[in-house]
Amino acid sequence: MSFQQVSPPIEQDEQPFACEAPNDMAQPESWVSNIKYLIVGVLFGIVFVKAEIISWFRIQEMFRLQSFHMYGVIGSAVVVGMVSVFLIKKFNIKTLSGETIQFHPKKFQRGQIYGGLIFGLGWAITGACPGPLFAQIGSGYMAVIVTLLSAVAGTWAYGYFRDKLPN
Amino acid sequence: MQQFIELIRQPWPWYVAGPLIGLTVPTLLLIGNKSFGISSSLRHICAACFPANISFFKYDWKKEIWNLVFVLGVFFGGMIATNFMENPNAFQLSTNTMADLRTLGIQDFSGLMPADLFSMEALFSLKGFIFFVLGGFMVGFGTRYAGGCTSGHAIMGLSNLQIPSLIATCCFMIGGFTMTHLLMPIIFKLF
Repeated sequence: MSFQQVSPPIEQDEQPFACEAPNDMAQPESWVSNIKYLIVGVLFGIVFVKAEIISWFRIQEMFRLQSFHMYGVIGSAVVVGMVSVFLIKKFNIKTLSGETIQFHPKKFQRGQIYGGLIFGLGWAITGACPGPLFAQIGSGYMAVIVTLLSAVAGTWAYGYFRDKLPN
Repeated sequence: MQQFIELIRQPWPWYVAGPLIGLTVPTLLLIGNKSFGISSSLRHICAACFPANISFFKYDWKKEIWNLVFVLGVFFGGMIATNFMENPNAFQLSTNTMADLRTLGIQDFSGLMPADLFSMEALFSLKGFIFFVLGGFMVGFGTRYAGGCTSGHAIMGLSNLQIPSLIATCCFMIGGFTMTHLLMPIIFKLF
């Protein structure tokens, strides 16, 4: 316990498992239980298409401040997420299998600025963040497969150059 | 029932879509203690397919397989919504945006994506290189460098009141405004 406290915080990120969207479930999960995430993903993908969030044009409207739609979507999603997280913490709500829900405080790093700006540039030009990429391909925009492969290559390049980048 | 089907085939307003997306946060937490974030799936793909002995990709990606299953679901969701719940009416775009994009050279406003850019023919041109290859690279590189994307930072991070996520979200927007207003007019002059 005391060892963990004295270890420099930077080391935390070097641990073999340090993920931004982590799986904190302590109990092992079977293959079948992954169906839950598939179903949530399907519903999520449907919302993406039906609310036209996957549209390159909607992203242009957003960055040109010519429509409230995307701001409404992201804003109301954040409000609902905030209220949910607040309630989970306040009432110490457990997962379905009875585990305590884990939250991860994020540490400020300069990468959030540099990386954020780079992603923003890419978001406006591709008209997609990572989630909509998958929904666009599902919708039959086959050219987006190239965007996805490129995004994987970009992620790989980050991993490769990570130690040389200002963080 | 018929009326309901008619209704859900219309484009969904923000006050329906936004809360549904927000509910993904507690849903994933409650069903399996999972923090919402989509760009991580790109990292897991690297870890699973091309780890290349890079420390950033040496972790137990199999434990994170839920994230890959989730994005597979998003793919199928896109397929279902486009093929079985398609909007019977024409796509509506703000007239100001249309006018702005016309001056850049975009002519086709009939679909969710501009056919001028998102076609297989455009793919193998300078246009395709910038919009797909370069754009995609920036999305993958930038999200990982920032430690998350719109879902991980703007939605999950802000829901958990994280200041770094607010900084990241502001930078996403600044990057997007810069591309749209400063760089895109230059890029479109190239074709």
